[in-house]
Amino acid sequence: MKLYERQRHRVLQIVTKLIIPFVMLFALYVQFHGDYGPGGGFQAGVIFASAFILHGLIFGLQRTRQVITPTALRILMALGVLIYLGTGIYSMLLGGNLLDYNVFAHDGKHGQHWGIFAVELGVGVTVTAVMISLFYSFASKR
Amino acid sequence: MIADQLPALTIVLPMLAAPLCVLARRPLACWVIALCANFLAVLSAWGMFWQVRDDGVIRYALGGWAAPTGIEYYVDMMNATMLLLVSFISCVVLVYAYRSVNKSVQSAKHYLFYAAWMLCLTGLLGICITGDAFNVFVFLEISSLSMYMLIAFGNDKRALFASFRYLIMGSIGASFILIGIGFLYAATGALNMVDLAQRIPDAESQRAVLVAFSFLTIGLMIKSAVFPLHGWLANAYQHSPVAVTAFLAGTATKVSLYVLLRFFFSIFGPGYSFGSMFLNVVLLPAAVAGFLMLSLVAIFQTDLRRMLAYSSVAQIGYIIAAFCLASQSGLTAGIVHIINHGIIKTVLFMSVGCILYRVGHTHSNSLDNLFHKMPLTVTAFILSGLGLIGVPLTVGFVSKFSLISASMERGWWMIGALVLLSSLFAIVYIGRVVEIMLFRKSRNSTPEPVGRHEAPMMMLIPMYVLIGISIWFGVSGSTTLAVASEAAAALLGGYQ
Repeated sequence: MKLYERQRHRVLQIVTKLIIPFVMLFALYVQFHGDYGPGGGFQAGVIFASAFILHGLIFGLQRTRQVITPTALRILMALGVLIYLGTGIYSMLLGGNLLDYNVFAHDGKHGQHWGIFAVELGVGVTVTAVMISLFYSFASKR
Repeated sequence: MIADQLPALTIVLPMLAAPLCVLARRPLACWVIALCANFLAVLSAWGMFWQVRDDGVIRYALGGWAAPTGIEYYVDMMNATMLLLVSFISCVVLVYAYRSVNKSVQSAKHYLFYAAWMLCLTGLLGICITGDAFNVFVFLEISSLSMYMLIAFGNDKRALFASFRYLIMGSIGASFILIGIGFLYAATGALNMVDLAQRIPDAESQRAVLVAFSFLTIGLMIKSAVFPLHGWLANAYQHSPVAVTAFLAGTATKVSLYVLLRFFFSIFGPGYSFGSMFLNVVLLPAAVAGFLMLSLVAIFQTDLRRMLAYSSVAQIGYIIAAFCLASQSGLTAGIVHIINHGIIKTVLFMSVGCILYRVGHTHSNSLDNLFHKMPLTVTAFILSGLGLIGVPLTVGFVSKFSLISASMERGWWMIGALVLLSSLFAIVYIGRVVEIMLFRKSRNSTPEPVGRHEAPMMMLIPMYVLIGISIWFGVSGSTTLAVASEAAAALLGGYQ
């Protein structure tokens, strides 16, 4: 019986396993092109979280919770905000105003690049964690 | 260097504390983190206050992008006063909150409580400091969302309902504000407040500005609980954890009133708001009806927190009535009352919290002879209650006197008379409770064990710190009046 349950969605499970790495890769693409092209932390975070949500839909909530635990999510959520604020505070320490990226490199343009990169990373981490924990909390309620 | 960064630090420090609380998770550690951040925010608000007083307006360009392009923080006397008031009240109530929250909130949720508190503080301070109209909305959402969460921490099922009701009303208010800002942007092409103030006179004839003005007025009236739109307030104040009530009563509605002032006086300008839009025809009847009716309603409440909540709406009526005078002295009276009422209402809710901590309920009819049990708490209640009534030598007298003299100056004798009438109602509702606490003999056949059972020192000391300040402000009324009149001058003078 148990074996049957597990094998019932064999095709979906195999396809999902094949798709998930590409979803994540695409998320990273969107994430790291946010500074020059369309994209950024919000979109990338949602795409990245959708890989986990897909995993949860196909393999069940229990197994997804083992992949990424609610505790890890809580830490990631806070970490993203800290990355964002840390970037701002770092720019203040270097003598600029809050979130003034020009001070990050000798060339202002490069500084902007680094600043946006770090800030978007923070946004991406938090959005991913929030999306997955939203999924957890809705899926675990009956 | 650090002196230049104070505007950013005031916002960043509480914001930084929120994720740190989530990471730390242990109740005591969270409380210490939150308290440190809050204390530093008070210090930087204090530093900014003196900078502004000595050297004039501070303008801080976020990200190094200069004003019309980027977001700027704009601090004049008005914001500096609000920042100091909000951060200080939050800091004092946070000290008080530790024991009270330990008792009423499950310890597993404490870290969320303090994180939400810090986010709420970030939002409130952000609304006060920002010089960008859209940024006001962003911070408004930060503070409101965390406020709904804080209210829902009440250990009563009705707290969830109260929070949900506030969520609905608050979201309507916030979206009205957003629509208003959107129309302003459509009409003028600017979001920066200084820019808006310059461009609105040319765009005044457009209907979009009129629509923006109406939406902003209604939205801000909901947010600051002006009389006909105050429905969310009583339940939210009654059912949330009492430390949260003390925090919100002193800060949240006051900050919305500040936004109201900022939009009506600095951005639209008193000539447009009160001249061509006849704002006082709309607001003044609402304000007067508010302070009369809700003082009357407060008399019949049997729950202390509910009584004080209605009294808060009545006090907001005074403040709005003072704004409607649209004169230097009227604005001064309004701002002084924002400060004074912020302090005394916080103390009142804190003392009610002490009663709740020891007695377990706040039904005013069964608090017989409480004075013998909790003399310090009851004394605090009486002292701040006298302030609410407006007895001479208390802060209430300073603000009511300046309100009445401002309305006389304008020739509105009726307003002065009605303020006095509603003060009589305040005597009744405060006096009724004080009479029960001081004199009424216990009706229970089995008298409760007599003996002092005072609230913990950690709750009493912050309360008495605020009482000390309110007495100082009451006895030397010129301290706050001077600050308020500078703030009023900054508002009426418009942007430089």
